[in-house]
Amino acid sequence: MIDGLFISAAHAAAAAESGGHHGGGGFNPMHQFVIDRYVPIKLFGYDASFTNSSLWMVMATGLVIAFLVLSMKNAGNVPNRVQSLSEITYEFVANMVRQNAGSGGMPYFPVIFTIFMFVLSMNLIGMIPIPGLGAFTVTSHIIVTFALAAFVFIGVTVIGIAKHGLRFFKLFVPSGVPLLLLPLITVIEIISYFTRPISLSVRLFANMMAGHTMLAVFGSFVVGLGILGGWVPLTFMVLLMGLEILIAFLQAYVFAVLSCIYLSDALHAGSH
Amino acid sequence: MDPAAAKLIGAGLACSALIGAGVGIGSIFGNFLSGALRNPSAAPGQFPNLLLGFALAEATGLFGLVIALILLFVF
Repeated sequence: MIDGLFISAAHAAAAAESGGHHGGGGFNPMHQFVIDRYVPIKLFGYDASFTNSSLWMVMATGLVIAFLVLSMKNAGNVPNRVQSLSEITYEFVANMVRQNAGSGGMPYFPVIFTIFMFVLSMNLIGMIPIPGLGAFTVTSHIIVTFALAAFVFIGVTVIGIAKHGLRFFKLFVPSGVPLLLLPLITVIEIISYFTRPISLSVRLFANMMAGHTMLAVFGSFVVGLGILGGWVPLTFMVLLMGLEILIAFLQAYVFAVLSCIYLSDALHAGSH
Repeated sequence: MDPAAAKLIGAGLACSALIGAGVGIGSIFGNFLSGALRNPSAAPGQFPNLLLGFALAEATGLFGLVIALILLFVF
């Protein structure tokens, strides 16, 4: 159903584009979320085309790899500026895993680091408009964030069951609850466990999409008021851009922290 | 009532979830400030928790926005 949201939103945007100037002058803040097929590919009946979403994902991944490889190329005991930047990033995520999942979570540090850097780079690169390509934020599509969250959810559940066996299901039966309340609490715990991938993905997707829609609406104010009156919303645009960059970082952080917390739940399932 | 009108009213009503987000964000920053002024030396250590709470509270309001978009574009 949510996939349908995108298809119909994109169609509405495309229809507004082709319909030309009607209503609000043909401007649609949803147009930035339209997916274009660059290289149509059909694979076993599925649409596996190389789209603008794929292109921006490749760009984000390439940027992270280039940053990490190039900054550590001439690594020394005394770090230079770029090297200390990547060391700060490493330490930041390592501390996050240690604080939220304990030292037992450190074997899973690489996956948390990958998730954090991937989401962060996709969020930040979407803030930069590139001539000819426009600006596209991959994380503003729920299918991308839901796939990430589903991987985290399935992985964490598998880790928990592999580590604790059937004692993993004690996670749903908290100790110290009165016997009368226990059936109710257990049902609530199970429901809250299974809504985790949905809340994790919708949080990131809704923040990115709402932020970019808001930027587009404010941008239309700047254009609409022209060179005389446009300076007032332009000032707000600059401030909102700062807020959006903060949100882009924060949501990547929140996604990684919540993944750590879920991991911690799975690792320490038998002990509460 | 005309279904199209009901759809638009419902989408507008769904955005009232942002009331709760506003209350939540205000409560987080207000409580952080009052705590930080009582014990300024402990405040920097709690800054990540402040941002985490801010992001979580803001996201709750945005769920309402998603409902509004589903109402507008799916039905």
